[in-house]
Amino acid sequence: MRIESTLLSNVEISPSYWRMRLTATDEFVRQASPGRFVMIQAGKSIDPLLRRPFAVFETGIVFGGSTAYFDILYRVAGKGTALLSTRRENEMLDILGPLGKGFSLSHAAGEHLLVGGGIGLAPLHALAKKLGGYDLATRLFVGGRGRNDIFCLDEFEMLGVECRVATEDGSLGERGRVTDILIPHLESTNGNATIYACGPEGMLRAVAKLAAEHRLSCQVSLESRMACGIGVCLGCVVPGHRHSPETPDFRCVCADGPVFDSNDLDWEKTR
Amino acid sequence: MNTPDLSVNIAGIPLRNPVMTASGTFGYGVEFAAHMNLESIGAFITKGLSLKPRAGNPTPRIAETPAGMLNAIGLQNIGIDAFIEEKIPLLRMIKTPCIANFFGETIDEYAEMAVRLDAIPEIAALEVNISCPNVKQGGIIFGTDPGSAAKVVSTCRSRTAKPLIVKLSPNVTDIVVMARACADAGADALSLINTLLGMSVDLEKRRPLLANITGGLSGPAIKPVALRMVWQVARAVKIPLIGIGGIVSAIDALEFILAGATAVQVGTASFICPGAAQQIALDMKNWLMDNGVDDIKTLIGTLET
Repeated sequence: MRIESTLLSNVEISPSYWRMRLTATDEFVRQASPGRFVMIQAGKSIDPLLRRPFAVFETGIVFGGSTAYFDILYRVAGKGTALLSTRRENEMLDILGPLGKGFSLSHAAGEHLLVGGGIGLAPLHALAKKLGGYDLATRLFVGGRGRNDIFCLDEFEMLGVECRVATEDGSLGERGRVTDILIPHLESTNGNATIYACGPEGMLRAVAKLAAEHRLSCQVSLESRMACGIGVCLGCVVPGHRHSPETPDFRCVCADGPVFDSNDLDWEKTR
Repeated sequence: MNTPDLSVNIAGIPLRNPVMTASGTFGYGVEFAAHMNLESIGAFITKGLSLKPRAGNPTPRIAETPAGMLNAIGLQNIGIDAFIEEKIPLLRMIKTPCIANFFGETIDEYAEMAVRLDAIPEIAALEVNISCPNVKQGGIIFGTDPGSAAKVVSTCRSRTAKPLIVKLSPNVTDIVVMARACADAGADALSLINTLLGMSVDLEKRRPLLANITGGLSGPAIKPVALRMVWQVARAVKIPLIGIGGIVSAIDALEFILAGATAVQVGTASFICPGAAQQIALDMKNWLMDNGVDDIKTLIGTLET
């Protein structure tokens, strides 16, 4: 669906990371299951031309009112996101969504491990909330280059999620990558865990490999450049596990994902 | 005043209005049912089809450019068999002409595709793609040489009784020469333009943004080039033209009609707003009403120069 949203707030939560709150419709909130995303037009002109995809961080009702809202987190990385960071309260934004296939919620016993890298944290909060609602044991492992890449952890802690942090420069949590803190934990779970990951491709590849080694169910949320968000431009494809040039098995990140079972993707052929 | 008449006729296909959706930007049509009323537009054109499924190019396949985008999808498609089996049953429900865009790697493949598509009653017309800039075989080789283009067109012409539209490439020295060759070889209509060959560079990484290095430029950035080419071709051939290139509004579409197009195709705009073509058709009607024009056909090729 396409909605005209009013910008409620737009704040820098950490250097170059922003959080934007926009009004939503009740129908939007109903459809925005964890892991789904929106396409937002950053400006109002034909330049930049394309919408930008953002995971829905959380949805809710404005405190003391009846207006539904949703939040996105974004990193200012280029022309579109730089423009988005200049948008102010009460301005209108054109939203397409919620789009794509989100996380499949597993009610499996054992731990539910959320793994985020940098802005890849964005789709995991809504998921943590949902898992918490089912009273499932949930932990968050989050990584980044430095402390500036780590944010919003208090909001996970409020949900009762235990957060573990790794930074490459050691400025927060343990020094290293998120997989470095995940590995010892996986060894203690005895194969009794489900993984949900979102972050840079290298991180996802490493997490998918770990999951396969430990025979754990693993869902990954991918990021990609995309033009349409609805499965028609074919700009955002990734190879599926049955892919070969003769029998193409390309999946659209936007329409078949962004969340995939890690076994459904061909990690060898993904660049 | 009365509701204006927006109907036009392209190569014997009556269209409720001149707004079509361009190949490669509208899937197989059915993907848009959730986003718009498919019966609000004149016709829609499928993603380019080939005999066998095609994987397409490696990623990254798209890059944004000022007021435009580059794509190098590489004609990824499900192939004619899957199209007939999976998509055609869904298309039966839609009362809007479906035009099949297709290509081959050889003249024989074009011929076989024309035969296969001719046998599908749900297909109103064929659009021959001789203009994809992103694959070596098929498309552009036939689209830049008037002799080869004429051969593809006359071969397809002899294999189908359905209206035959030829989609032209702008990546030629003189598009009028190509247009004449295709018209003389039996094309019923011409659609123009396909994307302009371009590229984009990531300075920091010192690499091209597209894995294919080059790609096809589309979007508002190419509209002036497209308008010029439609205007040139309109003065040179008698068959109807379908204008394509950066149309995002009814104003853009009407400019093409003044320049000589009988209909238009909306492409990249559908990526930004899936309902763009529907909105353009509606705005076009409103423009005609506001300007006292009771029949869109009276505007075709009326540019005063």
